[in-house]
Amino acid sequence: MASPAPKIVLDGVTKSFGPISVLDGVNLSIDPGESLAIIGQSGSGKSVTLKCILGLIQPDAGSIRVDGEEIIGQRGKELERLRAKFGMLFQGSALFDSLPIWRNVTFALTQGHHRDAARMRMIAEENLERVGLDAKILDLRPSELSGGMQKRVALARAIAPRPEIIFFDEPTTGLDPIRADVINDLIVSLVEDLGVTALTITHDMASARKIAHRVAMLYQGKIIWRGPRDRLYDSGNPYVDQFVQGRADGPIS
Amino acid sequence: MTVSSPAAAIAGLLVWIGTPFLAALTAVGRVTIFAFRTIVRALTPPYYPARLLDQLAHIGWFSLPVVGLTAIFTGAALAQQIFVAGSRFSAQSTVPAVVVIGMVRELGPVLVGLMVAGRVSSAMAAEIGTMRVTEQLDALVTLRTDAFRYLIAPRLFASLIALPIMVLVANAIGIFGGYLISVHKLGFNAANYLGVTRRYLNSDDFAMALVKAGVFGFFMALMGCYHGYHTQGGAAGVGNATRNAVVSAFVLILIANLVITVMAFG
Repeated sequence: MASPAPKIVLDGVTKSFGPISVLDGVNLSIDPGESLAIIGQSGSGKSVTLKCILGLIQPDAGSIRVDGEEIIGQRGKELERLRAKFGMLFQGSALFDSLPIWRNVTFALTQGHHRDAARMRMIAEENLERVGLDAKILDLRPSELSGGMQKRVALARAIAPRPEIIFFDEPTTGLDPIRADVINDLIVSLVEDLGVTALTITHDMASARKIAHRVAMLYQGKIIWRGPRDRLYDSGNPYVDQFVQGRADGPIS
Repeated sequence: MTVSSPAAAIAGLLVWIGTPFLAALTAVGRVTIFAFRTIVRALTPPYYPARLLDQLAHIGWFSLPVVGLTAIFTGAALAQQIFVAGSRFSAQSTVPAVVVIGMVRELGPVLVGLMVAGRVSSAMAAEIGTMRVTEQLDALVTLRTDAFRYLIAPRLFASLIALPIMVLVANAIGIFGGYLISVHKLGFNAANYLGVTRRYLNSDDFAMALVKAGVFGFFMALMGCYHGYHTQGGAAGVGNATRNAVVSAFVLILIANLVITVMAFG
């Protein structure tokens, strides 16, 4: 039996900023409903990979297909239609600080318009409940919440339009281990309950092992290893070994 | 060595002239594309009238105190100066005419342009720049919203609409400032002063003032949004963007003022 058609395929994606090559031929494939984590050092090109898939950065070469449709070179309405399949949790939450929580959560639905206030508040409440937050915060501003709560609001905002694919950019960075695990649990339950395809970039090994079905390692602009999460600690790859064990000495300098 | 040095010197000179020239051309090109993109997006839905009204309040209404203050003091100082200078050749009677012409044609638009640009360009660059460095601009994209339609077009058009109105207000207040000091300190007859003022109020001058104001408004918002949108790096980047926005807005306003004045009278 053939495996299902992949949800996202990256094929030989390269990107340089001036003389610095960031992505040097990234090949990656993610199946529908799969949760994949990309691990790698800071500056290894993880964020650039995500931004290329979202069309926020144009790669220099290669192909990125979502449900079989090429995303590179798309513009206008077509790009908007493809982007509507994605939701994203940003590393710093990226909540709109001028808007109350409920308008933040429903932003993708209203596209910034102030309409349907009663219905939007209800939708915001539902989505906040999904991430374990109370309706009491609906009218607060993002700056009035702790970092962990902001992250959960950002998660509610990302899932509110029910995207097919969600990107998580360092979802646990900057949180204490307990709050980090709350976020991990939420991501796992969202992937299972909503059936979304998830792509996470992280350098938190505990998080990667918990939320991902498969892990891929990005090093010097290439995917140098990929495998199921259980193989992360016996990958047989010296680069992965050094990274997951956090050793200063090894092939990665 | 001695043979190649004149050639090297010429090449060095060319690089010295060429590099900033090319950089300037590139910047002009980028800003032009940015402006065109904003206008094209603004003309296609979705529209954001509520954001436009928000910005009108921010740019127009909340700038009125500072504009009024500037205008009344400048109008009064102008009257005093013309009185003193004019008295050397018994031309004190030109005070009302010079106040009207000076305020409407030059000082009103330029001072309002500079004062409001200081407030507005910096605020826009800092706000949009902070949104850039905290990834809020990227978040907009993933939330199916176009930053040009949602953030930039309302600012540009609000500024374009608000500035002419504020220049009208400033002109009136400036002329009034001149009147106050002339009548109450310099001993002019009130009815006489107002009569001369009315005679020198010229609709062509007002038209030019409004054109200037619209152009200044467009440039100050364009510079604020452009520098904010292209902010790089963290807090320092936002600082740079804010400063560059204000300086470039000032320079553009001063150049545009001269160009429009020369075109109108040249």
